[in-house]
Amino acid sequence: MTHLVEMKGIEKRFPGVHALKAVQFDLKPGEVHALMGENGAGKSTLMKIMSGIYARDGGEMFVDGNPVSPDSPRAAQDLGIGIIHQELSLMNDLTAAQNVLIGREPRRSFGRLDEAALNAKTAEIFASLNLSMDPRTQVSTQTIARQQLIEIAKALSYNPRVLIMDEPTAALNDTEISELFKVIAKLRADGVGIVYISHRMDEIKRIADRVTILRDGAYIDTVGAAETPLATIIQLMVGREVTQSAPVIPDTSQNPVALEVRHLSRGKEVRDVSFDLRKGEILGFAGLMGAGRTEVARIIFGADPRDSGEILVDGKPVNIRTPHAAVEAGIGYLSEDRKHFGLAVDMTVRANIAMACMAQFTSRAGVLNETAMKDIADKYIGQLGIRTPSDVQQVRLLSGGNQQKVVIAKWLLRDCDVLIFDEPTRGIDVGAKSEIYALLEDLAAQGRAIIVISSELPEVMRLGHRIAVMCEGRLTAILPGGADVTQEQIMEYATQRDTASRFSEEVL
Amino acid sequence: MTTTTVDVPKSTLSRIIAAGTHQRVLAFASLIILLIGFSIASPNFMQTSNMLAILQATSVNGVLAIAVTLVIITGGIDLSVGTMMTFCAVITGVVLTYAGMPMIFGIIAAVLTGAICGACSGTFVAKMAIPPFIATLGMMLILKGLSLVISGTRPIYFNDTPGFSEISRGSLIGEVMPALPIPNGVLILFIVAAVAAYILNRTVLGRYCFALGSNEESVRLSGVNTDRWKIAIYALAGAIVGIAGLLIASRLNSAQPALGLGYELEAIAAVVIGGTSLSGGRGTILGSLIGALIMAVLTNGLRVMSVAQEWQTVVTGAIIILAVYADMMRRKKSS
Repeated sequence: MTHLVEMKGIEKRFPGVHALKAVQFDLKPGEVHALMGENGAGKSTLMKIMSGIYARDGGEMFVDGNPVSPDSPRAAQDLGIGIIHQELSLMNDLTAAQNVLIGREPRRSFGRLDEAALNAKTAEIFASLNLSMDPRTQVSTQTIARQQLIEIAKALSYNPRVLIMDEPTAALNDTEISELFKVIAKLRADGVGIVYISHRMDEIKRIADRVTILRDGAYIDTVGAAETPLATIIQLMVGREVTQSAPVIPDTSQNPVALEVRHLSRGKEVRDVSFDLRKGEILGFAGLMGAGRTEVARIIFGADPRDSGEILVDGKPVNIRTPHAAVEAGIGYLSEDRKHFGLAVDMTVRANIAMACMAQFTSRAGVLNETAMKDIADKYIGQLGIRTPSDVQQVRLLSGGNQQKVVIAKWLLRDCDVLIFDEPTRGIDVGAKSEIYALLEDLAAQGRAIIVISSELPEVMRLGHRIAVMCEGRLTAILPGGADVTQEQIMEYATQRDTASRFSEEVL
Repeated sequence: MTTTTVDVPKSTLSRIIAAGTHQRVLAFASLIILLIGFSIASPNFMQTSNMLAILQATSVNGVLAIAVTLVIITGGIDLSVGTMMTFCAVITGVVLTYAGMPMIFGIIAAVLTGAICGACSGTFVAKMAIPPFIATLGMMLILKGLSLVISGTRPIYFNDTPGFSEISRGSLIGEVMPALPIPNGVLILFIVAAVAAYILNRTVLGRYCFALGSNEESVRLSGVNTDRWKIAIYALAGAIVGIAGLLIASRLNSAQPALGLGYELEAIAAVVIGGTSLSGGRGTILGSLIGALIMAVLTNGLRVMSVAQEWQTVVTGAIIILAVYADMMRRKKSS
């Protein structure tokens, strides 16, 4: 059987990272080929090469046996390769139909648009997806889940022979996922080859024919989905036997409450969220994209205003309206987007660590005391195990894990008692992950109160002493952490929408 | 699927009204309030001759504002429209006065010069990835310098081209309806506005204006040749600037090479007052038109009320800040 797509010995380097090392991959017509690996394993990079977004640095690619080098998304589309991106890449100011057929608008003479044909064509695609949506709906008014469906419709509109789906179900609920799987079944029957990237193990078993595993940018193995146990796949992904034993959860129920949040609300994003956080406790926050977890954190940190609700630190109500006030109250927030909000990447490790407490290193005349800054920086480099040649290394030259440690050092220096970590291991490779985990557990053991927001369920389950689950701006459950909780339980609460959740709130 | 809100299909008309309503109603209401306020304050204000003077004063800034609107909707900015306008006028002077060619060639030269200059800016932005602010700042200076070089720093008069001043000052409408002697400059402004609005809302070029401003990377990943479209949009804006160059040359019956700086800021001010978002993706031609009118009414009204010119400038600045603040507040509420 000839291959639809075949990739051999693919190499890709980014500054400081060898992202893909001699990776191979192939796809047959009418199969669903799952691509698995931890974050940073190189899945998305490989698919971006296949779809013409990145150029490869080495290796070969064939479509129908012919060597090809798609150098633009358009060139890949011409080869019949379509991709649904992980991050939503829609134009919010345009309508659904205008998004779906962007670049291929039905035209009349002189570049005039045929808006009626545009909408009709899109309605047709929506119908094939069983999606009830007016093509003229403006995208920004839709929920994340429905935006995802628009994205899928857009990819299908190219009639691709190869369709790459990068975590297409991350924001979908069960019904929507079943609809998507029906579409996938139909495409597969038409001979379309599908590359499927997902973190949800159960999905792989449900729809995949074969599974290729990548780890740290290297090709590990390709196995049949049906005959390979999930445990084996996970083991191949992680590179070692994964012990299922949950971490020991300290009893923090007698500790004083460090942070109390009461009836926090902001528009539709955050609706009546209340919880307590004790000293020494790690509270995990789980939920789908757009569930409102980051929004809650930003409100607590004073980065966004709240409509109503109150925040108590050490039992005293505090009026936090700005991040500055939050820091004064002892609350630190480590953003999911380190490079944007957490670090000045062109400055040195020393400067970044000292950033949040410059006053401490400034003489009365306003001159910086570099020696004192160096001492502190060296102390944290040792304490947190930051791998850097020296404290004057530019932060952008460090690996993701070490960058994250610099951010942590910055907040430790500020002596915050409550630390909110938003996706603390995003873009960090496997080895560094466990270091970060150990660090967070240390911080908790020292009596700091910690919130960890993560989209990776295993991470929340690994770290959280208790797990708060959010859905559509509401806190749907606070589950006990440790061995008692399952992914399925969390997912159930994470997809519990509207009417159903109102019931459970009463139960809670 | 409990999340699914039922999509109520709305009529096209109601959707068009809903789309731009908030944005423009505010500007439009301010315009009406200004008009009413000034007519109460001064009996001289609401006279046909004064109204025509306001419209005439709007024409050049209005056309420039329309050009800048296109660029701003893509998420860019064009600082060169003021000196580009002058450059187009100077080139027209070269063609008509120096070379003595017929008037139609002067008109073509102005529009073509603008389009070429715009395409240059667009190329700098798209192909060389220079931020629009810098690229058009550079163009602003280049064109200012070139105008002075070509003209030898002296104004070029159009005395040899009879009828040239009619482009702006004459009144075709007045010939048909003597009671309503709307100057041609104003007529041209409205025609340009109508054409630009049509292009923006009904053609591929317009669609990509909004798409680029909304999420450029996503447009690129959809396989659209974003560079080419961006250059085309800047070129179109340039051609419109060429028309503004004709209007001002005709009104002054000369190309004044030293003129031009500062016009770009007034045009951007009009766009902003009209509710177009500087971050791109949103905006309307009608809004910019109203913005330009507000600025002209303000200047004229304050003059009629004998407010010193210096204070008029202060008020205009304050209005810009207020307009943008009101727009931000509205957006915050809706999000």
